[in-house]
Amino acid sequence: MENDTLVKATGLSRFYSDHCAVVDLNLQLRRGEVLGLLGPNGAGKSTTMQMLTGNLAPSTGEIQINAVDLLDEPLAAKSHLGYLPEQPPVYRDLTVNEFLRYCAQLHGLNQSAVPEAVARARLRCSLDDVQHRLIANLSKGFQQRVGIAQAILHNPAVIILDEPTVGLDPIQIREIRTLIRELGEEHGVILSTHILPEVQAVCDRVQILNRGRTVFNDSLTGVGSLEKIFFDLVYQDDPALGDVAAAEANQMRLAPESAEVLAEEVVPSQAGEQGALKTAHKQDGAI
Amino acid sequence: MSITLMIARTEFRRLFNSPLAWSLLALVQFILAWVFLLGLNEYLTQIQPAMVGRESAPGISDLVVSALYLWAGMIMLAVMPILTMRLLAEERMNQTLSLLRTAPVSITQIVLGKYLGLLLLIVLMVLMLSLMPLSLALGTSLDWGRLAAAMLGLFLLLASFAAAGLFLSSLTKQPIIAAVSTFGLLVFLMILYISGNSQGAGSELFIYLSHFGHFLSFLEGIFDSSDLVYYLLFIGGFLLLTIRKLDNDRLRG
Repeated sequence: MENDTLVKATGLSRFYSDHCAVVDLNLQLRRGEVLGLLGPNGAGKSTTMQMLTGNLAPSTGEIQINAVDLLDEPLAAKSHLGYLPEQPPVYRDLTVNEFLRYCAQLHGLNQSAVPEAVARARLRCSLDDVQHRLIANLSKGFQQRVGIAQAILHNPAVIILDEPTVGLDPIQIREIRTLIRELGEEHGVILSTHILPEVQAVCDRVQILNRGRTVFNDSLTGVGSLEKIFFDLVYQDDPALGDVAAAEANQMRLAPESAEVLAEEVVPSQAGEQGALKTAHKQDGAI
Repeated sequence: MSITLMIARTEFRRLFNSPLAWSLLALVQFILAWVFLLGLNEYLTQIQPAMVGRESAPGISDLVVSALYLWAGMIMLAVMPILTMRLLAEERMNQTLSLLRTAPVSITQIVLGKYLGLLLLIVLMVLMLSLMPLSLALGTSLDWGRLAAAMLGLFLLLASFAAAGLFLSSLTKQPIIAAVSTFGLLVFLMILYISGNSQGAGSELFIYLSHFGHFLSFLEGIFDSSDLVYYLLFIGGFLLLTIRKLDNDRLRG
């Protein structure tokens, strides 16, 4: 069973001088699992991902990738990693093929295995039509797909994607979600996003961060409305939004029917925090 | 090692994917060809007739060839910052550094790979420039030792420029700031040489610290191992600083 734990991070903290981005975070990922990392802006999602991929050293805590310690043996651990940062790390002056070949070589693939790996990643991310074009001339969506291709190229055990569907059109989003599900069967995938329905569509388990702490970490089976959980947890934890949450709670006590109306209004809207906040404020004013 | 060379090869190719390397090579070659022709013309029409019959008169290698390499060194003072500015600052600006950082590649390999890629361009530049004095060998006999010393000297000088530029490029996100600061540092080192030689306030220390003084002895055809060691220390020092700086990024964030 131990072999099946691909990522094991314990007690991770990260300070930027005085500011503390992540506090005492524990994270586990098993093979065949897609973990969704959720949280409002500035919750520490990207910092966590940078630490897991060795781009940032944690202030405290340790990370094991596929049972190899990332801090003690970085090169061995990194060979099991594929990472797509927020901004796809692509060289704009190379063509798609040249870039993917370079990445394959960086990951130490054999000369003979490179063309096959490149062709496979290209196919999975539907990049065949643009393979000879310069990355600078591609649209944002295609650049994003090149970034994803780069992350899965060397068939890593752990794939970490920071907001993979940003800038994609609805068809591409569906394709990428299917791809993530496929990858999640053999590999372990960690995914961060703002889009709650996306988490419900692709993730097995979700870990919600708020102000650098884990506030929720559970599988999605049996969870009715992720949105409700998300807002409850984030409001509770945030003193600035505390009065909104208090008002909401108040209302629930006074008039259960109207609270239900509110919940119904929020859940199908799927417009993210902003829409919900507006609704909450409207209700607030109505009192 | 093979990964380092692979990064170097890709960096070298990427230099030629933009018009930058092509136009800089062409520009430098054109200006130096002009300088070379001027020097040659002056030698043939004025100096050579005056030297006829003299014992141990300075030859064409002394006058034309050395001057050409000195000019090359001075022009590259302004050109090298443009070549080095992109190396790390651009990666930072486009946030592509995480590609290299996530790959199973050490920071030493990244820095050495980038540096070697630029060294390849420098070798190419020195070779192209040396075609001009070599063409003289068709019609006259050259001082080969002196030519070789000048080529080695120019290569070491440019390699030291590149190392300093690489370090300054690792400090900032803006390529243009990297270029300006590299240019400033290189000019400062040249001013050190001039002030070291100034009347009344001369200083051996300043001359030693400046990279130009060491270059000039190569141009005179003197191969002094202490000059070689100076350049190796200069290059090694800046490469080490670059590695430390990139490593520190990971800790500081």
